[in-house]
Amino acid sequence: MKILKRGHEGPAQKAPILSWPFVLKKKERVNFMHIPDGFLDAKTVITTAAISAYAIKNDVEKARRNLGDRDIPVLGVMAAFIFAAQMVNFPVMAGTSGHLLGAALATILLGPYSAGLIMATVLIVQSLFFQDGGLLALGANIFNMAVVAPLAAYYIYVTIKRYIRFSGADTLATFTASWFSVVVAAVFTSLELALSGTVPFKIVILPMAMVHAAIGIGEGLITTVAVAYIGRVLNLKAGFGIKNSVEPAIDVDGGGRVN
Amino acid sequence: MKKWGVILLTAVLVALILSPFASTHPDGLERVAENLAFAEKGSSPVAWFSPMPDYVVRGISDGKISTAMAGVIGTFITFIVVFGVMKALSPGRR
Repeated sequence: MKILKRGHEGPAQKAPILSWPFVLKKKERVNFMHIPDGFLDAKTVITTAAISAYAIKNDVEKARRNLGDRDIPVLGVMAAFIFAAQMVNFPVMAGTSGHLLGAALATILLGPYSAGLIMATVLIVQSLFFQDGGLLALGANIFNMAVVAPLAAYYIYVTIKRYIRFSGADTLATFTASWFSVVVAAVFTSLELALSGTVPFKIVILPMAMVHAAIGIGEGLITTVAVAYIGRVLNLKAGFGIKNSVEPAIDVDGGGRVN
Repeated sequence: MKKWGVILLTAVLVALILSPFASTHPDGLERVAENLAFAEKGSSPVAWFSPMPDYVVRGISDGKISTAMAGVIGTFITFIVVFGVMKALSPGRR
């Protein structure tokens, strides 16, 4: 959860936190969308951070090999778009909200490695500048949203495109990949919470999966529209990035080509 | 205008116009944490470097304007960081 909770129930959520002139008021409530600090234990923090560091290194190597200078602004604007979109929470069920994750969007347009880089950067900016997601939990958040989510989106997209062929296959693959990317990230979040002893897995998994199944529908709808719009503006088709990452660019002659 | 400029402009407009009207309800993880009573375990990250905690710009008391400004600033920061890092990493071909 990111946006300041104006008028949310209870006395603890009184806005504003800050008022003119620079008076810092004590904030009683922790806001989170991404895992905050305090939810994960040391072993989970260290393990996820190590995997995430390796994944980012791998992403960087792939990007260095496959990206030309003209691809760099495309990566930048995709990250900027995902950052902005993540701020827009939409209601999902009674008293609950969700927002775009964006991992599937970036994966379908740019491939899973570029998507990983973009998502990791968004998460780092969010935790450093905006205290959204814990600093210790950053490795876990990168693992869930910049490693697991793009890979889930990638494999589901590719599988659907391989076995289902009709005129709406692109849309079906995009929607399904988006939905799964959110739900799978939520499942891994539940696993990490359980491994940390914060809450037992069999208690947390169902509510986490259910609320994110609902959020995933929003993810699917927004991603489908955004893939079409951004894909057209930047001259990338749905699955363009994925095709490029399946067949690593031998002929790296630009033209908006991203890995 | 460069094509990617259109997307950057779209991102800025989303942050500026839509983010102040985002739902203020708890999101998925927060809802579950509240329902299962482990929300209180969460703590804000150490504030050693956090100019805009919770998407609020210091000194702007109007919540909506503050969120919009934080959104626009964050959108540009994200663009600049990705652009800068990738430029620094790129071998400089083409």
